[in-house]
Amino acid sequence: MKGRPEGLSAEVEARPVVLEVKDLTHFFGNLRAVHDFDMTLRQGELVGLIGPNGAGKTTVFNLVTGVYLPTEGSIRFHDVKLVGRPSHEIIQMGIARTFQNIRLFSNLTVLDNVRIAYHPHAGYTLVDSILHTSRFHEKETEMTERAQEFLDIFGLAERQGDIAGSLPYGLQRRLEIARALATDPQLLILDEPAAGMNPQEIDELLDLIIFIRDHFNLTVFLVEHQMRLVMNVCEWITVMDFGEVLARGKPAEVRGNPRVVEAYLGRQTVKIK
Amino acid sequence: MSILKRLKSSTGYFILGALLLFVVVQILLLPLVDGEPILNNFWRGLIFWGAAITMVTLGLNLIYGFNGQFSLGQYGFYAIGAYTSADVTYRWTHSDPSGLAVVLLGVLLTLLLYVLVSAFLRRLYGVTVTARFTIYLLATMLAFFVAVKLAAPVGALFVSVLGALPDSVTQQMVFFIALVGGGALAGIISFLFGLPVLELGSDYFGIATLGFTMIVKVLLDNTDTILPFPEMKGARGMVGIPQWTTWPWVFLTFMLVVLVMRNLLHSSSGRTILSVREDERAASLVGIDVANSKVLAFVVGSIFAGLAGGIRAHDLAFLHPQSFNFIQSYNPLIIVVLGGLGSMTGTIFTGFIWILLLEGALRLVLPPGFETWRFVVYPIILLLMMLLRPGGLFGKYEMPFLRRTLPPLRKKIVEEAVK
Repeated sequence: MKGRPEGLSAEVEARPVVLEVKDLTHFFGNLRAVHDFDMTLRQGELVGLIGPNGAGKTTVFNLVTGVYLPTEGSIRFHDVKLVGRPSHEIIQMGIARTFQNIRLFSNLTVLDNVRIAYHPHAGYTLVDSILHTSRFHEKETEMTERAQEFLDIFGLAERQGDIAGSLPYGLQRRLEIARALATDPQLLILDEPAAGMNPQEIDELLDLIIFIRDHFNLTVFLVEHQMRLVMNVCEWITVMDFGEVLARGKPAEVRGNPRVVEAYLGRQTVKIK
Repeated sequence: MSILKRLKSSTGYFILGALLLFVVVQILLLPLVDGEPILNNFWRGLIFWGAAITMVTLGLNLIYGFNGQFSLGQYGFYAIGAYTSADVTYRWTHSDPSGLAVVLLGVLLTLLLYVLVSAFLRRLYGVTVTARFTIYLLATMLAFFVAVKLAAPVGALFVSVLGALPDSVTQQMVFFIALVGGGALAGIISFLFGLPVLELGSDYFGIATLGFTMIVKVLLDNTDTILPFPEMKGARGMVGIPQWTTWPWVFLTFMLVVLVMRNLLHSSSGRTILSVREDERAASLVGIDVANSKVLAFVVGSIFAGLAGGIRAHDLAFLHPQSFNFIQSYNPLIIVVLGGLGSMTGTIFTGFIWILLLEGALRLVLPPGFETWRFVVYPIILLLMMLLRPGGLFGKYEMPFLRRTLPPLRKKIVEEAVK
């Protein structure tokens, strides 16, 4: 099948397709950022996308979540066309994402950051909110409780009243993941979740990612530079360079692939004796 | 028990404070001493003016301070509200009910059509903003076309129904409809204007709204030539508007504006409004319809301006296009920055202080030439403010009733934390 490596177990290949990206091409002016990119994710998979800086990884994410309109190609989520839909619709369909450089609502409280993500499921109308009807109070309490449950899972419940921008870096990352999960997704896209973390924090994040995948029954798609994370957590990996797919496979295969090593470290031009 | 408990909460204190304010001002406005009220016409006018400016500014704060969209167009909506409601009551007092009929019917039909159109548009996907705007514009035009055609029979109906009531009741009802009509029309126009323009970034939006204020001013200058409203008398100014604004009306409208804004901001929609200010991209990528949220804040803010216009018009009894030019539209902007962007309390206090102090007290104290110096003094105040307190007088402070409270942690979570 297109967009998947060989040799995955038959059990995995039998699962339904969640995301199907076909022949995706995107130009920024004359610069070809992504070229004929294919990717097929099945239910419950944990897949990594790696590549040197500027390879087009984040662009792929932005194309999937509707930030950019692709020049060519198709993106389907549970067999529904995504190309041309606005971001908020795509998110409401069940795709959530985090950002490479954390983008929290930094002047709002931790609790509000999560509650904002619940807005599409608020369950009351504008009239209810202006009149503060009993329905408003009921749904608002429900929403708050659900948000607090989430914060509790991420160890942020005690800090619900803190201003998001004042949290330490590691917690801001966690809050961003909590906010993304609050949109009730089926597919979670993580853009460099371990950027700027120390090894111990990365180990915690690793456990967290596997935990949320199992706990919320998600498919996870992540971009990462930290090999420690990618190699330990991903079931298979796609390597990109200059907007094209260089290699695909299980972590161990990819690590040994000479083309991947070349992309990361450069070609050996001087023989060292 | 629960009533007592509520009275002791911030809501209770707010209601008590508001009632006290209402009663005190009402007493001061009564002619108790020698047939002259303590607050004479000069001060009465200033209080009403202060309330009107503060309502416009609260609207601007919702748009700029809370939603992050820089608008210079609020005085345009203020003018639309003022002229619309003035026209309705002017025509009514000159035994022409058509103004009332057109505004009421037009607004109701437009809202009905908007509900239908939005339900229809929700089923489609990939509709461009331009197409959306065109459909809504056509709906509005259709509604008002029908309203104008039906004006004569509906007007006659109004006369027979309202004529049967006592005169004072009729007057209050007509005034009510005029106020609501002015606010609603400002809302409808802001919706049509905001739909395509809010797609632009904040700065471009600011420029576009500046243009809007200028267009409104030019149209008002030519109401008797380009537009079919001879009674507005174009650049000569509209006279003969009944002076129906009373303190209860001002108080009720003002409280309505404060409560609606507070309740909106404390709801889920209010949080989306804040999130758009914080980070538009992030908001749309947690599933928030950013365009929707911007339009909501803009329309609600403009309705406030329209209501304020109605209040002001029926106190002044005279409207002139010059009082709505774009220099004037900096007034709310100065107040909102001075009071603190994103602080309702700041806007409320600064709005009244601005009018009562600068237009009232200083006029009595300072020599007559002061007026000429006003536009030297204002910018200096603003400059000093930016240097000394860049967050505004009140910063992000809110009085307890207006503050967004933090809900307590659920019991289960607290218990687990104790373990």
